[in-house]
Amino acid sequence: MEALQDPDKTASEQLAAVLRDRLAEEYGTGTEIVALVRLSGGASRETWSFDAVMPDGTRRPLILKRDPMDRQVDKQFEGVPGGRLAVDRWTEGRLLQLAGEAGAPVPTVPFFLAKDRRTTQGFFSHRMEGEALGRRILREDAYAVARPKLAFQVGHAAARFHGIARDLLPPMRGLPAAGELQHYRTIMDSFHQPHAGFEYGFRWLQERLELAGERYTLNHGDFRNGNILVNGDGLCGVLDWESAHLGNPNSDLGWMCVRSWRYGYHDKVVGGFGDVSELLDGYEAGGGGRIDPAEIYFWQVFGTLRWGILCMILGFTHIDGEQRSIEYAAIGRRAAETEYDLLQLLE
Amino acid sequence: MADITKNKAETQVRNLAAVLRGRVTEVYGPGTEIDGLERLSGGASRETWSFDALMADGSRKPLILKRDPLNEQREDNADSQFSGANVLLGVDRWTEGRLMQLAGEVGVPVPEVPFFLDANDDTSAGFVMQRLDGEALGRRIVREDIYARARPKLAFQCGAAAARFHNIAIEHLPSLPSLTAAEALDYHLDVIDALKQPHAGFEYGIHWLRERLELAGDRLTLVHGDFRNGNLLIDSEGLLGVLDWELGQLGNPLTDLGWICIRAWRYGYYDKPVGGFGEVADLLDGYEAGGGGRVPLETLRFWEAFGCVRWGVICMIMAFTHIDGRERSLEKVSIGRRAVEGEYDLLRLVD
Amino acid sequence: MPTDRPTAAELVEAVREFLADDVAPNVEGQLAFHTRVAINALAIVERTMAQGGAMDAAELARLRELLGQDGDLAELNGALSRAIRAGEMDGKRGALLEHLRQTAQDKIALANPRYLTPRG
Repeated sequence: MEALQDPDKTASEQLAAVLRDRLAEEYGTGTEIVALVRLSGGASRETWSFDAVMPDGTRRPLILKRDPMDRQVDKQFEGVPGGRLAVDRWTEGRLLQLAGEAGAPVPTVPFFLAKDRRTTQGFFSHRMEGEALGRRILREDAYAVARPKLAFQVGHAAARFHGIARDLLPPMRGLPAAGELQHYRTIMDSFHQPHAGFEYGFRWLQERLELAGERYTLNHGDFRNGNILVNGDGLCGVLDWESAHLGNPNSDLGWMCVRSWRYGYHDKVVGGFGDVSELLDGYEAGGGGRIDPAEIYFWQVFGTLRWGILCMILGFTHIDGEQRSIEYAAIGRRAAETEYDLLQLLE
Repeated sequence: MADITKNKAETQVRNLAAVLRGRVTEVYGPGTEIDGLERLSGGASRETWSFDALMADGSRKPLILKRDPLNEQREDNADSQFSGANVLLGVDRWTEGRLMQLAGEVGVPVPEVPFFLDANDDTSAGFVMQRLDGEALGRRIVREDIYARARPKLAFQCGAAAARFHNIAIEHLPSLPSLTAAEALDYHLDVIDALKQPHAGFEYGIHWLRERLELAGDRLTLVHGDFRNGNLLIDSEGLLGVLDWELGQLGNPLTDLGWICIRAWRYGYYDKPVGGFGEVADLLDGYEAGGGGRVPLETLRFWEAFGCVRWGVICMIMAFTHIDGRERSLEKVSIGRRAVEGEYDLLRLVD
Repeated sequence: MPTDRPTAAELVEAVREFLADDVAPNVEGQLAFHTRVAINALAIVERTMAQGGAMDAAELARLRELLGQDGDLAELNGALSRAIRAGEMDGKRGALLEHLRQTAQDKIALANPRYLTPRG
């Protein structure tokens, strides 16, 4: 047990030194780092929580998100045309800043961490009070007042960041609907495990590509209950922008309606907390225009299919031995849930 | 919660220390003290404690106490509904200690049993035995270098020891459950039937044994009941003690010789049929030298096959203790699959 | 049995690896022992999934041949056991023993294959 904890301890000691130097530049010499804890154990990102204590004694609660020190590239997309739709830490932090400027609720990103000999690249954000666990947001009494507002608020927020002018955005990968569909089909084919249900979904979407819509904007890419921060009053932050890309903005709205983020509250189509009409009202109020529910339906089907393929990707990451993980193996079987959801959705 | 449990355990140790102090002053004289009392086994069915009696003259006696659990729960095994089940439930502590004394008197290597504990308000019944230095773990006995010189002697020594305790006159023995070979076979079939899992292999083996019952012989003597590598105490010179007499019973003495030969106690050393350490010829030579007479190989084969059936049935009983939900236990349910080891060996022994 | 990958066998394998690689090195005493027991139990499940179907089919074929009657494995094993007990199989001992030995060997190949080879 000792041996297991040691590397982590030294990692946090090394990081504390890096942070002290970096924060001295921002807040002045003598700024101390306290309560440094690693939040996520994910292999692809490191998230750390800590407080910066200024020389005058004031505290700033901060979050650092950086690339992992022992770089393990997400290999599951290797060899797949288009590669993984993910951005680097600098782009992610920059998108949070832009979204904030456009009026979407996001944590403030005060500064960045540049890559050097001692650290990978990362960005800092203010640590906000709130709940991000989807299950709790739907279940706990503390959010009873917030829940009825959320569908409208997430619609409103999406309209704000979808409206960011293209020329302000950092360079990002982009895929129009047809290209994205092809992207996931290629991945699925690479597993050599035919899924007639998903096949039917691909066919259905292909036939209705005109429903995808014409617009092409910033996409959050993982806009769902689980990546939003909520307090007693409602939405206070949109988190986790690492899957951001350029694409059809309705993709975010449809993704928010996939059943997997409803945590059992299936009658509330939007994240388990609201209705599509509220989502679309919020979107219109945020300046996104009036969206035809048929387009959301198209993107809900698309999202359901996409989640199924992502489950397969994780399952095969384990099966192929790239990263043996009981969690990935278990998620692999959740593809069946999405296949079921998909076929329930389709007429 | 943890505190309450700890306090309860502490109280138990204090109470037992007081009981033992009273008892050792009776046995060894006033001023005798108890030192280093600690519990060895956490088994649900028996408590085993280690302690030293510290004499008034400063000398020490290393001792072991084996007693019934304080909150006595007689095991309610699947088999208890059948005749024959009482044999598997085992004898009481007084009988177990008495059997060790009797075995010691006829020259069997066993720890001495200097005194007993009677059940009263403060303690359950138990007996105290000498704590000998040695190894009882079968796996280590067959594998470790320090027993290399002991191993070639063990089969002979086990044979001689068994012959001696088999020869204890029946009228000297305390009251014991008894099971003839024919009754034991009926009992095994009853268990298999009750578990409703037909085993054609065991069925065949039992059929084969019944056809050859005359091979069993008709002696009825003290049987150790679990005479195997795992219940033997060994040091680098050889056999030091025969332990665990709680399945002592009246039966056919060769039950013990067949049992020590079954493969379950060879710990991978399959080419050494006796406990993974010795040869059948040595075992039988020792038995003859100890006064047990010459056992024909054909008779030993009968009893080894019988041992395979018994081992298989015990494995099944353990598994069903879990499957029926009486005691959910990963260990027990896993042992269930070892029944086939007995079945496989049985079918290689019979024709 | 409609199923996706990871298959049941692959899931069991993942759990076994989790126990062996993540749990076993970090526990001791009784828990370590029970972890090894659990790993062995899952290995039995894996071997059964891989080989059990073929073994069942072969056993069923042998039982039908031996008994000259039809039925599923449980029925025929029950019938064979009753026949042995009643002495009705005494005329076919050779074939019977051959069947029983093969069946026991198959079972042990699933439960504890090391049992079939002496320690080197």
